[in-house]
Amino acid sequence: MSSQDTNEPPSLYAAREPIFPRRVSGRFRNLKWWLMAAMLGIYYLVPWIRWDRGPSLPDQAVLLDLAHRRFFFFMIEIWPHEFYFVAGLLVMAGLGLFLFTSAAGRVWCGYACPQTVWTDLFILVERWVEGDRNARIRLHRQKWNGEKIRKSAIKWTAWMLIALATGGAWVFYFTDAPTLLGNLLTGQAHPAAYLTIAILTATTFAFGGFAREQICIYACPWPRIQAAMMDEDTLTIAYRDWRGEPRGKLHKGEVAAGQGDCIDCMACVNVCPMGIDIRDGQQLACITCGLCIDACNDVMDKIGKPRDLIGYMALTDETAERSGAPAISVWKHVFRVRTILYTVLWGGVGAGLIVALFLRSPIDVNVTPVRNPTYVTLSDGTIRNAYDLRLRNKQGSDMTYTISVTSDVPLTVELEGEDDLTVTVTANETFSQRVYLNAAPGSAAATSDRSNVRLWVEELDTTSRVYHDTVFNGKGQ
Amino acid sequence: MCAKRVTTKPGEVPTTGHSWDGIEEYDNPMPRWWVWVFYATIVWAIGYSIAHPAWPMLTRATPGLLGSSTRADVAAEIKRFDDANATIKQALVDADLTTVSADPNLMSFAQNAGAAVFRTNCTTCHGSGANGVEGKGYPSLLDDDWLWGGDIENIHLTITHGIRNTTDEDARYSEMPKFGVDEILEKPQIDEVVEYVLKLSGQDHDATLALAGETVFVENCAACHMEDGSGDITQGAPKLSDAIWLYGGSREKIAETVTYARFGVMPNWNAILSEDEIRAVALYVHSRGGGQ
Repeated sequence: MSSQDTNEPPSLYAAREPIFPRRVSGRFRNLKWWLMAAMLGIYYLVPWIRWDRGPSLPDQAVLLDLAHRRFFFFMIEIWPHEFYFVAGLLVMAGLGLFLFTSAAGRVWCGYACPQTVWTDLFILVERWVEGDRNARIRLHRQKWNGEKIRKSAIKWTAWMLIALATGGAWVFYFTDAPTLLGNLLTGQAHPAAYLTIAILTATTFAFGGFAREQICIYACPWPRIQAAMMDEDTLTIAYRDWRGEPRGKLHKGEVAAGQGDCIDCMACVNVCPMGIDIRDGQQLACITCGLCIDACNDVMDKIGKPRDLIGYMALTDETAERSGAPAISVWKHVFRVRTILYTVLWGGVGAGLIVALFLRSPIDVNVTPVRNPTYVTLSDGTIRNAYDLRLRNKQGSDMTYTISVTSDVPLTVELEGEDDLTVTVTANETFSQRVYLNAAPGSAAATSDRSNVRLWVEELDTTSRVYHDTVFNGKGQ
Repeated sequence: MCAKRVTTKPGEVPTTGHSWDGIEEYDNPMPRWWVWVFYATIVWAIGYSIAHPAWPMLTRATPGLLGSSTRADVAAEIKRFDDANATIKQALVDADLTTVSADPNLMSFAQNAGAAVFRTNCTTCHGSGANGVEGKGYPSLLDDDWLWGGDIENIHLTITHGIRNTTDEDARYSEMPKFGVDEILEKPQIDEVVEYVLKLSGQDHDATLALAGETVFVENCAACHMEDGSGDITQGAPKLSDAIWLYGGSREKIAETVTYARFGVMPNWNAILSEDEIRAVALYVHSRGGGQ
């Protein structure tokens, strides 16, 4: 038994250190503003885009119709039996994430993740209300007084409104947006809508306002998975310690002799939304948002030193730079076997999905031969086989279909409950029709065990037709 | 069984006293929160067993203070579905059977309800595919040959009152004489009429015997089965000139039928099923391919 230095076991709980990111401007900050505007715009506005699909189909461009298990995306409509499209899209999303991570590390985390985007928005609101970093720190430390209560109330109200709008926008993807908005406002919407909004509002408020970087550090699995995706050519944010060290303060506006470029001004730390020091090296908490690069470049410009003391680089860059070798082009990092392979796979799945999309049949027919019994003998000795035909009308209007059969052996067709060989299927509906094939007594089909047959379904107006191969069971010899 | 708890110096965690190759086992106390949750679950379990059926007694378990019963839950759920279907069931009862197929909604309900009734009540004899049992007297409901008529009204009547049962006065009834057993016909006459019946249905037969059999047939059988063997649905007399045989169409089987006669029975379902269920299953059977 080893001796213990202390009697108290180390605590497994660490209290959160509040982070007050300072305002920063620069290339990456601007890029992030634009991305934020674009992504929030897409999120909030897409459910309101209209798309005419005919009288019996919803006119919302993007709609996840859970009740009817259908997915509408502009001109594309995915039915439940075509769910492989969704699976394909998920595969593409996965490969896309692999591609971007192996090329440029955690770009998803830094720029596109909803947690990052909404936290950014919440911090922006916080700054508008309470002021920049120093003012916020002061406010945080001071006792609760009128000013603190007022500012906090304004901030929380603004957050809550954003959170409400976020949770509210989500439900519009699942049902007709204008109708739902009317129902929501008049209190007539389904309880599920209110509950969903309430949950998403609460999570947005808590995650964006309070949990923030804790979600990335403790809750999200992606920071753990990313390590497997990254290699020595992956672009990531790093501090050029060989240039910056030994760091030292600026004295009388001059960098002392023998001192590195880093003047230890803490700008990179103060702007970091994750509250880390990038100069400690690449770490789990870094979401590679690029704000420290902007902050440091600003300082480097002011003291007349070259930019990019902190910058995007790969591990191979570091090796090259330390040994004085010429810099490696960014394109060489991005275009390598691994990323090209990911791109090819991604594109392959995408191309496959597009081909599958255009090869989809306009008529959806499913034939189930009735096998209990395999055949029925009619009174005149005719051998009859029954087939359950399921016709799915994917159009916005009623359609009439003619059913026929082709085969090497003579057979006649009959439809249950119909005098002729046509069936009309109402718009958007699936219709079951029992079809009978009759073989005359003693005919080839009646006396053989099995005959191959092809059932045809032809749409009357467009004359587009599809077939389904099945078999006819005879009586045998 | 547990080894004595060994206390070491104050402040150090005690060990259990076990030692394997010098490796000892700490005896850390359970975290407080864990212990409290554990006690809370015990309290909860006691309360739960009082509130809900729990302790097995001689005849049944303790009922529990809240009076919950899964059996009552099921009954309530069944009632909920019955109430939900009450309107359409009434519509089915009120509808004219011949025009139900024109109403897709009602027809769809009848088809699904009828299929369920059929699976529960009819498959024992008629098979899950409604194909009957060939040669055993359980008729196929898929073909176009009907003993008592294959239009919807006749199917409805047959299901309601059944056939040759003793429990419903309105049951369809007819009885074939036991031509052999009751010595109505001599053995040679039976052989002759069997050959004639084989001839009627277009099978291989002895022409000489069949010729003699025609007289026997006209005198003894034609009253019910008609002279041309086309049968009579008002008496449930099967058609003999077709390819479908309820009890087998071979020479031996036909001779057996003539000698001993047949007496197929079907229960009257009005004693078991409600009118809407009978109508539903009638419509279901009618739409299996043989309905007229």
